[in-house]
Amino acid sequence: MPNYSWPPMDQRKVIGKPHSRLDGFAKSSGRAKYPSDVNRPGMVYGIILTSPHAHCTIKSIDASDAKKMPGVTAIRVTAQAGTEIQWAGAELAWVAADTEPRARDAARAIKVEYNVLPHFVTEEKKAKAGTRAKPAGEQTTGDVDEAIKAADAVAEGYYAIPVLTHSCLEPHGQVIEWKGDKMEYWPSSQAVSTVAGDLAQQLKIPASQIHVSMDYMGGGFGSKFPSDIWGAECANLSKDSGGKAVKLFLDRATELTIAGVRPSAYANIKVAGKKDGTITAWQSESWATGGFTGGGMPPIPYIFTGIPNRRLNHAAISINAGGARAWRAPNHQQACFLTFSAIEDFAAKIQMDPAEVLIKNISFTARAPLYERQIRKAQDMADWKKLWHQRGDSGKGHIKRGLGIAMSTWGGAGHPSECRIKINPDGSVELEQGTQDLGVGTRTVVAMVAAESLGLTVADIKVNIGDNSYPVSGPSGGSTTVGGVSSSTRKASVNALEELFAKVAPALNADPANLEAVGGKIQVKGDPSKSMTWKAACQKLGVSSISATGKNDPKNPMGLNTQGAGGVQIADVSVDTETGIVKMNKMVAVADCGLVVNPKTAESQVYGGIIMNICGALMEERVMDATLGRVLNADMEFYKLAGIKDIGEIVVHMDVHPDNDKRGVIGLGEPSAISTIAAISNAVANAIGVRVSRVPLSPDHVLTALYGKNMERSRA
Amino acid sequence: MQGVGTGAGAVGILANTEESQAQSNVSAMGPAAVPITLNVNGKPMKLNVEPRETLLDTLRDKLDHTGAKRVCDRGTCGACTMIVDNKVQYGCTILAIDAQGKQIQTIESLTANGKVHPIIPAFVNNDAQQCGYCTPGFVMASKGFLDKNPNPTYEQVKEGLGGNLCRCGTYVGIRKAVLEAAQALRSGKSVKGANNA
Repeated sequence: MPNYSWPPMDQRKVIGKPHSRLDGFAKSSGRAKYPSDVNRPGMVYGIILTSPHAHCTIKSIDASDAKKMPGVTAIRVTAQAGTEIQWAGAELAWVAADTEPRARDAARAIKVEYNVLPHFVTEEKKAKAGTRAKPAGEQTTGDVDEAIKAADAVAEGYYAIPVLTHSCLEPHGQVIEWKGDKMEYWPSSQAVSTVAGDLAQQLKIPASQIHVSMDYMGGGFGSKFPSDIWGAECANLSKDSGGKAVKLFLDRATELTIAGVRPSAYANIKVAGKKDGTITAWQSESWATGGFTGGGMPPIPYIFTGIPNRRLNHAAISINAGGARAWRAPNHQQACFLTFSAIEDFAAKIQMDPAEVLIKNISFTARAPLYERQIRKAQDMADWKKLWHQRGDSGKGHIKRGLGIAMSTWGGAGHPSECRIKINPDGSVELEQGTQDLGVGTRTVVAMVAAESLGLTVADIKVNIGDNSYPVSGPSGGSTTVGGVSSSTRKASVNALEELFAKVAPALNADPANLEAVGGKIQVKGDPSKSMTWKAACQKLGVSSISATGKNDPKNPMGLNTQGAGGVQIADVSVDTETGIVKMNKMVAVADCGLVVNPKTAESQVYGGIIMNICGALMEERVMDATLGRVLNADMEFYKLAGIKDIGEIVVHMDVHPDNDKRGVIGLGEPSAISTIAAISNAVANAIGVRVSRVPLSPDHVLTALYGKNMERSRA
Repeated sequence: MQGVGTGAGAVGILANTEESQAQSNVSAMGPAAVPITLNVNGKPMKLNVEPRETLLDTLRDKLDHTGAKRVCDRGTCGACTMIVDNKVQYGCTILAIDAQGKQIQTIESLTANGKVHPIIPAFVNNDAQQCGYCTPGFVMASKGFLDKNPNPTYEQVKEGLGGNLCRCGTYVGIRKAVLEAAQALRSGKSVKGANNA
């Protein structure tokens, strides 16, 4: 079997060197065509009529007037009379017309009568949930009551982290042109190779009839795996419009209402332990919602799973709201926030440095030496020794500064992936893979791996991805892409090269096993005098190209990729105790990694994970109107994201060293997006002297924590 | 949901104008499409638009100028940033009919005629994009900012680009890119290193 292992660190020419992303110019110039940018001759526009009520049945629905509206090419009603609707924003009917405003007019002309039913949309006060709370059953280990009784200190707290929406800038949707037995499908998707099969199943047609193209997509974060009813009905509208292409993307309000959420989490937690920082017991009563089907069970205590005495009670609450979808590190932000807030509160109670409490209990984690090293590194980077102080000991004046720390864990092993490398007689190299670049740099990474493996430059590799006619690669979720695509590309490249070596060995008078590809040449190993240029070597192919494939098998990654990433982040904030405004000074991240293919895009991933969660820590929150049952802030004015000046300075340390490199490639997207919220929450507590129970750490919540319930807004 | 469920009241004001739709019993109808000329990137473009169409939708749907993206559609996020009569504007907040007689500059103009504006390679060099959906808006906002602030400080860059939002978290690269482009513009040299410009 050929040797697929990564070249030794010190011999790499391309891998590990920062490279600008290959599609940077296309994106920055506005030339990149996203699915929502696809314009087809005669294309029509799809609009969804959605329910304004959170819970109702359809008494009647009449689209006859709407069908007569100008420009309308198709109307479909999917919620017939009698249908029960369980959340506002649920789809009722679909319209296609020659312009988007006319499609909207026609949707507005559909007459719907509703039987409005009682709804339940706010889960924070669990007692009000009644039968809509489904207990998961108590889990106990050891003797919690005894441990609490024997403890030197018990910290008790309430912690709340809200539902967030993915807020992909490109909304969910697609363009579909369905003519006869052929369908052209341009989805905004995280799953180029599998989304056609999913759509085919909904439409009951063979998947082979569907051709998927997607060069770019505008953000998914876990919410864009399926084709959804939006894809199926877009296809049906196309068919009903005589095969015209239909562009159907959710409008912003619908996107923020039904296109997926991160579940909330609420918990009353007790942490008990000794004066020296040793934690002896954890007790939590938690609840969460991910929408109508419940969902969201954070794995707590997070990372410190070895705490000897534990009692956990969790309930999943069903509310009348759109459903949850995977959200960049599913359940981990919530678990991290609950756990590290509670541990920090315990540390404050015994007046001990929380970093020392973490280290004191590090044997309760799965990777003690790594975490200890990371905590120490992060402390150095954040100037912890100088800046950390006892909780609330932040001096006079109304601006209070504080530091907070939290840790993360994630898998990130490579998904199943196949790659094809073609070497042509003219020396050109084509790479084909049914993967997708969500903006994480996949396109660039595979080109770098192929270039390294073939002794060429990145510019020599023509990368073809984003098409389901290429070899199958897995959906991009769970930070599994980079491990999968880099490994399959490596293997395909090595396999292709073996074939090329066999062709050119006679001309070099050498054993094929004794050849290597270096610096644009094929040469006898270690002997540049016996070589030929890449082009000359490829000419030996005559008229036929080499086409070789390579697969990543997650059951046997052959050392090319692996899983298991720890990480530590520290937040440095200033809080204005008069206005309640939290200002980010600095975030420090020690990012665990394996072999880093492209440090430039890898670092961007970590910045992105942190910035996304600065939003989650300081401003993001889906707000439900208890009376109307609708999302109150289904727009970008009131569903807040951080701007360029809100994020402070960010310092990332990629833990690149030979011990880590040996592990192979590990995904980075999710690990970086876990501990930011917890670190910021802890920093605010450290600054102002009290725990702000609820994130986001908005002025409202901060002032409530500081000055008591008279500041609290009324909640249902 | 928006527009379909809640907008019926707002469009009645158009009902009495001439050329009302044949189905005039529906008060939500606007007047028919009208011929207009838009000056886009220095070229006159003749087209028919309904008075209710935004400049953004007209550019994207009728002229295939898809660099500007439609994200919030309510003047918040900046993904549709363009420069109109030398002013940085959101294309979603201008009606196409109101843009007649104005100089409309879109992201497409920054790579027209074989010339590349230095802000673009600066974005590439500093990895100032991930998914890239907000990027054209940021590039246009940066261009507009640098036109008026050729020698900005780091702090001014953070203030000056406050009108755009990114979800992937590319702000660190954008800050560096704008400073690099400013330097390149001042020195009159092109930005080097964009490996595929």
